[in-house]
Amino acid sequence: MIAESGHYALVLALGLALIQSIVPLIGARLNDVALMNVARSAALAQLLFVGASFVALVTLHVNSDFSVANVYENSHSMKPLLYKITGVWGNHEGSMLLWVSILALFGGLVAAFGNNLPLSLRAHVLAVQAWVASAFYLFILVTSNPFLRIANPPIEGRDLNPVLQDIGLAVHPPMLYLGYVGFSISFSFAIAALMEGRIDAAWARWVRPWTLVAWIFLTLGIAMGSYWAYYELGWGGWWFWDPVENASLMPWLSGTALLHSALVMEKRNALKVWTILLSILTFSLSLLGTFLVRSGVITSVHAFATDPTRGVFILLILCLFIGGSLSLFAGRATSLKQGGLFAPISREGALVLNNLLLTVACAVVLFGTLYPLAMEMLADFKMSVGAPFYNLTFAPLFTLLLLAVPFGPMLAWKRGDLLGVTQRLLAAGVAGLVAVAIAWGWASGGSTLAPLAIGLGVFVIAGAVTDIVERTGLVRLPFPTALHRARGLPRSAWGAALAHAGLGVALIGIVCETTWNSEHIATMKQNDVAHIAGFDVKLDGVLQRQGPNYREMIAEFNVSLDGKPLSVMTPSKRSFTTRGSSTTEAALLTRGASQLYISLGDANAEGAIAVRIYYKPMVLMIWWGPVLMAFGGVLSLSDRRLRVGAPKPARAKQRLQPAE
Amino acid sequence: MTRKQRRMTIIGGSLAVLALAAALVLNALRDSIVFFSTPSMVAEKHVEPGKRFRLGGLVQPGSLQRGDNLAVTFEVADGNAKLPVAYKGILPDLFREGQGVVAEGALDAQGVFKADTVLAKHDETYMPKEVADALKKQGHWKDDYGGKPSNGDKTSDAGKPAATTAQGNPQGAMR
Repeated sequence: MIAESGHYALVLALGLALIQSIVPLIGARLNDVALMNVARSAALAQLLFVGASFVALVTLHVNSDFSVANVYENSHSMKPLLYKITGVWGNHEGSMLLWVSILALFGGLVAAFGNNLPLSLRAHVLAVQAWVASAFYLFILVTSNPFLRIANPPIEGRDLNPVLQDIGLAVHPPMLYLGYVGFSISFSFAIAALMEGRIDAAWARWVRPWTLVAWIFLTLGIAMGSYWAYYELGWGGWWFWDPVENASLMPWLSGTALLHSALVMEKRNALKVWTILLSILTFSLSLLGTFLVRSGVITSVHAFATDPTRGVFILLILCLFIGGSLSLFAGRATSLKQGGLFAPISREGALVLNNLLLTVACAVVLFGTLYPLAMEMLADFKMSVGAPFYNLTFAPLFTLLLLAVPFGPMLAWKRGDLLGVTQRLLAAGVAGLVAVAIAWGWASGGSTLAPLAIGLGVFVIAGAVTDIVERTGLVRLPFPTALHRARGLPRSAWGAALAHAGLGVALIGIVCETTWNSEHIATMKQNDVAHIAGFDVKLDGVLQRQGPNYREMIAEFNVSLDGKPLSVMTPSKRSFTTRGSSTTEAALLTRGASQLYISLGDANAEGAIAVRIYYKPMVLMIWWGPVLMAFGGVLSLSDRRLRVGAPKPARAKQRLQPAE
Repeated sequence: MTRKQRRMTIIGGSLAVLALAAALVLNALRDSIVFFSTPSMVAEKHVEPGKRFRLGGLVQPGSLQRGDNLAVTFEVADGNAKLPVAYKGILPDLFREGQGVVAEGALDAQGVFKADTVLAKHDETYMPKEVADALKKQGHWKDDYGGKPSNGDKTSDAGKPAATTAQGNPQGAMR
């Protein structure tokens, strides 16, 4: 019954989405308030039904109802409850259902909190949102129904892929989807603005918080995924330039650009057309990411050709929305009035440079992701584009961007004084150079570029600090005055400084980890001692343990530094019987920002065990950076909330309208 | 500055950045792309020692030999030809004899493929897609390799890389 109800709720949600796609637009055309208001109730009802459908699928997984194909293929009655729940989106059908649920959630949020939007803008936005939703409901119902029953229900399920049986699955995909799908809001706003042919600074003020929310989640989602891969896959890699990762990086790059260009539009009423285009591109890249991951085209273009329904369906959605929105853009963009002149050297100019570098970097990643696919399709040979390619292309572009980052916030709007800003950034520059010198002195081995990159990271952080010091007058003015000014500083200024500093923090972590990472791989017997980066790691023994749905081999290591015992580390290797596969559970010992990392290989006949030990200096900074960026985003968001939306009188006017 | 000059500055700047990016990409395409080959492709075409490529095929049953200090040798075969592979490090969880493997590295002067990375895809069928495609093309595909048509998306669901990788000892790496 539950499966059928879930299925039925999904069909109803599709029906509501179709109503929401059409009726509000008719209302906007006829200027009929009642018809336009249909959008609001339809969006909320749609959220209710798709939510019910999602809860139904979760219930089926929790109850281990193996008569449902999706549960049978991805669950097991012995699986811990947490993984029964997270397993819902650890597979294709369930993750698509999560995708549309989040889409409906964002639509519902606009409907619920968009009271201060002009009525026709809200109607248009929700209608566009419903187009996207309808397409994906159809996709799920036609090609990937999670509620399909099996005629002869098996007794036991096939279990979830062991790699996914981790807390990471509970956090990473929902976060990532909140980011991906969150960009649908700015997309809908952009299409609505094009359809209405009207756009102003208020538009940017509405769009920015939504973009910021999506960006925060995407930032955290990517960082979380990277940390998950780092500790779960057992060799300490944290970024692979894998197409699946690129699929999430591309919307992040263009979303970051959008965030900055919307700022120019909001403050200076300039870059309107470009902001609209970026909104469309960012969500298009999210759709492209969904296509790349969901169609199977990544594993092989031939896999795509042999099971074409899903892939072709998403490709159709992709072409329809990207092609449609870009044609609309081409047709209407010229009618939008341009405003806000500025000199090339100015805050606006700096933000244009930021946008330029981010979008070009994004294009490079797009090229690297699609080139092998195109080559396989057209020339029928296989190749892979990996880290070396991106080191030679993405890295230089990002270096330029980071060099420019400290200058941007310190330039004045309209016309800036580059020389003056350079003088004010002198201290930050000196800090960077000192860092280069220190890193050079300390560094033993590794690339000569590494100290320079660390200097760049320090320059970015020091630049962010300089910006705050300048704004508060910390050095020039007496301390109480500065404190007062710091309190009066808009939170968005703090947010921007934190986010920019986060970039520097992440860069330092990346450089340190890749350059001075030391590794020790050996077969170890009991009481063998490995020496790495000053640590003595002694294997105390190996024991076996039975987990809920796996067997586990645990090795116990005693770690000491300079003869003083420090800690006990227990990496393990789990064998899952149902899928006949195993996972490596690495043990991590954190010392400041650095980590000692132990993972196990196979045990041989004599009881010796293959062990991988890494010392990863400053590795945690790689993820502290994004967390800092996201925190900056949250600060900025909390600032916006006070001033967000239309001017107050508009809201009062709406309240005075008679009830329909 | 007039309006026109401002516009030209911005357009000129954009073109400069685009040209820079294009130059970077073209430069990177020259030598940072890694091609995929099977043992018979290696046998047909002369591959220079030291040129990096990805080798895919089946691990020849009975060929796996473990030496001291985690050194391993095995042969990769595709039905027509086979190629000896040397690797130092821990093999991935899914590495088995008789099953598909992809190794990245380069040939040495003796014609031995020195691998610094060994990949085994996380798939129920233990058959990397590239290998399966190559074997099919050469007519060596047996249905029992596959079992059932694999869902390529099974593991990439969470956005995680779909392969386990063993990174070799850096000393074994050839650049």
